[in-house]
Amino acid sequence: MTPLANCLLLSALLFSIGLAGALMRRNAILVLIGIELMLNAANLNFIAFWRYGPNPEALTGLMFVIFSIGVAAAEAAVGLALIIAIYRHTKTTNIDQVNSMRG
Amino acid sequence: MTWIVRNLWLIPTLPALAAGLGSVAKQRNRRLAASLAIGSMGLSLLLSLGAFAHVLSLKGNGETAREVVNFPWLQYGGEWVKLGWMLDPLTALMLVMVCFVGLLIFIYSTGYMSHDENFTRFFCFLSLFAGAMLGVVIANSLLLLFMCWELVGLTSYLLIGFWYEKPAAAAAAKKAFLTTRIGDLAFLLGMVWLYSQSGTLLFYDHGAGCIENAALAHLVAQATGIGLAASTGIALLIFAGAVGKSGQVPLHVWLPDAMEGPTPVSALIHAATMVAAGVFLVARVYPLMSVGAGVGPMSSTTALQVVTWVGAVTAVFAALIAVAQDDIKRILAYSTISQLGYMMIGLGVGGVAVGMFHLITHAFFKALLFLGAGSVIHGCHEEQDIRRMGGLKRFMPITFATYAVGMLALCGFPLFFSGFWSKDAILDAAQAWSVSRVPFYLGCVGALLTAFYMTRQVYYVFFGESRLRIHHEHQASPHESPVVMTMPLSVLAVFAVLLGIIGTPAWPWFSSFLNGETATLDAGRFFESGILRVMLISSVIVFTGLGMGWWFYGRRPIVSATAPDELERLQPHIFRVLRNKFYVDEFYKATFIRFTIWLSRVSDWFDRWIWNGAVWSVSHVVLGLSWVARAADIYVVNPGFDRGCESVEAGGKLFSRLQDGRAQDYLRYVGLAFAGLVVLLIWSGVR
Repeated sequence: MTPLANCLLLSALLFSIGLAGALMRRNAILVLIGIELMLNAANLNFIAFWRYGPNPEALTGLMFVIFSIGVAAAEAAVGLALIIAIYRHTKTTNIDQVNSMRG
Repeated sequence: MTWIVRNLWLIPTLPALAAGLGSVAKQRNRRLAASLAIGSMGLSLLLSLGAFAHVLSLKGNGETAREVVNFPWLQYGGEWVKLGWMLDPLTALMLVMVCFVGLLIFIYSTGYMSHDENFTRFFCFLSLFAGAMLGVVIANSLLLLFMCWELVGLTSYLLIGFWYEKPAAAAAAKKAFLTTRIGDLAFLLGMVWLYSQSGTLLFYDHGAGCIENAALAHLVAQATGIGLAASTGIALLIFAGAVGKSGQVPLHVWLPDAMEGPTPVSALIHAATMVAAGVFLVARVYPLMSVGAGVGPMSSTTALQVVTWVGAVTAVFAALIAVAQDDIKRILAYSTISQLGYMMIGLGVGGVAVGMFHLITHAFFKALLFLGAGSVIHGCHEEQDIRRMGGLKRFMPITFATYAVGMLALCGFPLFFSGFWSKDAILDAAQAWSVSRVPFYLGCVGALLTAFYMTRQVYYVFFGESRLRIHHEHQASPHESPVVMTMPLSVLAVFAVLLGIIGTPAWPWFSSFLNGETATLDAGRFFESGILRVMLISSVIVFTGLGMGWWFYGRRPIVSATAPDELERLQPHIFRVLRNKFYVDEFYKATFIRFTIWLSRVSDWFDRWIWNGAVWSVSHVVLGLSWVARAADIYVVNPGFDRGCESVEAGGKLFSRLQDGRAQDYLRYVGLAFAGLVVLLIWSGVR
């Protein structure tokens, strides 16, 4: 298998794990971790395509990934702030119990 | 065209107007009602006298002076129906008679009806009758005559049934109306036939009228399927109308029952004027009746023969019945029927003048007799049975005197009374009739019977001792009537005597007037063509009748009210048949009336089950359809809606369970949906 295929496989695997985590875990922080994993899997995808793609000299892929990591960090901060706010309100991190908006 | 001819229409209109005003007058305005009626009648009398004078002034040159005023009335298609009035000697004569006798009876009624609470209504109806009768007299169109004829019949119904709470009166009014209706139906048919053949219903229209020469020639030539000329057929149908109105056999049954009405009504309508309308009608359409007769007085048309025979039978039939009646007014009613029969004989055998002369004299003395009877009834406190009267000669002298004059005039007492001259004219013409002598013999029998039953009546009522029932302690003995009632009696009595003068053979003013000639005084006419012989025969008959009456009823005074009549003792069976009026009413009841009632039951059944049934079926079909619609609505549409809504609600409940408020579950759904979308896109070949 080409190195590209291997990298893509890896990023797909990471993405799936991250998705599974985001969808399955009860703890809000673990959901955040899953989301981070998904983001990083996407970053890996970018790097793979940059490294083994048609134009490896241009730093396009690299720049994109750096921005993405920065955004991920910001987003993680926001997410954690949300979780803290929720925890202060409902005294639990179990997102299954945050269902006051049920219809 | 003189003023009076142009405004002849005023004569019937004034009383009609009085009737109209009287109908809205209050019941307590008795003086107003009476003055309206009497005033309008007085004015009409003045106008009639003016018309009479005008006709007198016209030169008689052998042709009857006749002036007409015609006007178009209604238009249908391209044709106009015209109406009109006319003034000729016959009209002028009738106008004066009706107005004069009517006025006297109106004055009498103010006294007779003074105790009645419906005084106002009475005079309203009387005026209406007078207007209608005068309309019949002046009509130049058969249609206008028919309209006024029907109006006369209506007012007769209203007046006979004046005391409508009395069942007998209401029944009598209905009977009168229905019986005359049968005659009117035939009249209408004749009218329609005449119109279809001659195109006009105007009598005289400057040569184009339906009884003028051109039309008559056409009618005589037309033959119907049964061998009659059209003129004969039409004449017979119109005569049938006269049969109904003038109470000839077989339509005479209403006249005696009509005595349920107040006596002035009997005097005016059923003696002097309305029943004379039938005779007048025959006189009016006489050219139609007599067209086609051979030259000279020796032959006669079929129509005139029928008229004569019907009149002859009626004269004797009614006189026979009158012999056995006990109600004072009923005797006079049958007498009227009998005398009308005489008038028909006169018209049939002798022509218009002969019949009309008897009509005029009869109007006066019959009205006199009826008013006298009214005076008697009034004086005897509403007693009408002659067996319960008696001895009134000394209680009511004026009434007795005038009644005696009327009775002698009716019997035809020789020379001094008008009835003698008019009846003799009829008998003389009948004796010379070319077709048969039998009407003459029947007329003689009738005259005998007339004298007999009138004598019987006079003896029962005025002679002997009083047989009045005493109803209560302080009941007054019979009293003479007030002046307002005896004055008309006296006036009529004078005329009953004097009218004879204008019709004697020596000075035949009456027939000359009608024919447009001038009459000359010639006593020698008494001795020509058997007139003296007829006068002698009739005098003998009258004296025989009077004598027989005296023999049976005058020799011994009648003392008991319940004892059988002298004739009844002698011939109880014949007497009973006569008293029961030859059972004609019973015969009609068993045949025509039963049939009519049966027919009405059948019609009722038809109406109830067939027509009503059809309506009922349609309505029930509609009801059924509406029931079906309602059922569909309740059991199909409503549940459908309900189920639909329920399923939407269930669906909603179902989907709302997805919304559990847990963000992670929402994310799962997004993930699933995304996966599904990708599969879908790959499967559908999107790159």
